[in-house]
Amino acid sequence: MALVKLRAPLRELAGGRTDHSLDGATVGELIHALERAHPALAGWILDERGGIRPHVNVFVNGTHGREDTAVSSDDRVHVLPSISGG
Amino acid sequence: MTELLVGTRKGLFLLEGEGGAYDVRARAFAGEPVEYAVRDGRTGLTLASVTSAFYGPKIWITDDVSGDWEQADGVVLPDDGEAALVRIWTIVAGEAEGLLYAGGDPGVLFESRDGGRTWEVNRGLWDQPTRPSWQAGGGGLCLHSIVPWPGDASKLAVGVSAVGVWLTDDGGESWRHGNDGLVPRYLPEDAREDTFDLCVHDLHRAPRRPERLFLQFHGGVYRSDDAGETWIDIAPGLPSDFGFPLAVDPADPDSAYVIPLTADSDRVTPDGRVRVYETRDAGVSWSARGDGLPQGDAYLTVLRQAFDREGEGPGLGLYFGATSGDVFGSTDAGATWFTAASRLPPVYSVRVAPG
Repeated sequence: MALVKLRAPLRELAGGRTDHSLDGATVGELIHALERAHPALAGWILDERGGIRPHVNVFVNGTHGREDTAVSSDDRVHVLPSISGG
Repeated sequence: MTELLVGTRKGLFLLEGEGGAYDVRARAFAGEPVEYAVRDGRTGLTLASVTSAFYGPKIWITDDVSGDWEQADGVVLPDDGEAALVRIWTIVAGEAEGLLYAGGDPGVLFESRDGGRTWEVNRGLWDQPTRPSWQAGGGGLCLHSIVPWPGDASKLAVGVSAVGVWLTDDGGESWRHGNDGLVPRYLPEDAREDTFDLCVHDLHRAPRRPERLFLQFHGGVYRSDDAGETWIDIAPGLPSDFGFPLAVDPADPDSAYVIPLTADSDRVTPDGRVRVYETRDAGVSWSARGDGLPQGDAYLTVLRQAFDREGEGPGLGLYFGATSGDVFGSTDAGATWFTAASRLPPVYSVRVAPG
């Protein structure tokens, strides 16, 4: 299972937990799995078309990722706000 | 008598006054966003960056703010690319006769050698091989800080959001990073090493000790004592290390002023109080300077170009504007403040116009 790591305010919508071990072959699948486990997150990371919102950044093992980025069971996926407004 | 050029979302305002009494003496580009305006003290010419929602970014130049303006030539990106110019963020006098720089989005540096009438892109920075991987901040890929070295046109530092600090020692022919020590806490730890995603918010040099620079970061305030090669965090003591603008007292290389905002996620003055913070020991300690500024229910946002100074020493003038439309000033180095204007459109920039 990949490890998805969240920061505030997403963490609070996911039961207050930073770390979430999830199954999925892509970043998009991981986020959908996260939404199923924590429905309050629906619409926060992915928009209604299934795309990562423009001001949300996803890093897979420290490298920028997108919805279709492949992930494996040992990967760490950070989801956090982008440097907006700077 | 002090003149302030105030760029706003709805035009350029020329304020004139002394002490606390200021009036709007002229307004130009009514209805248009004026991101920045500055007067070149060497020529007396005023330059303004105006980005029409319909017709794109332009630089305009005049010898009379209330009179006719001339559009500058060459404020376009090179033909050999696909990008279009988004906005001009700053215009700064260089260290040679007629030399001016302008910084813009997407991470572009323009140079003028005729006082601002014609411009061309600095190819050394434009052709950086890493450019395709440069990331924009939320405000765009903005080159917003241009810091000459007093008396030496070959040396220059620029700040780009979010591509960090760039340094040149050959007049802009070649460039290198100046980022050692900057910590982008907004990235995962395993993404920080060797990253370009460094969100500089403002950059200033101490004129009497030019190897010293101060920097407001996207989470952090830093000082460099080696001309921008390395940086140390000097934020401890501030109520927040987030903010946009920074200013220095030219007489004192140990001085810096910042205007903290609550946080990345809450970009207003902390606790509903408007306070400027001053250091006189190079960032070892900070003191709040709020006497005369709103101290209750005041949630203001002060943008990076909206803070400037005039003079130096005990009579240092400090002026800043907020997106609330207020402009504040001090003529005693921040000890006391007055309201120079209120109910203007949201303020993008404040620059003291040399007489």
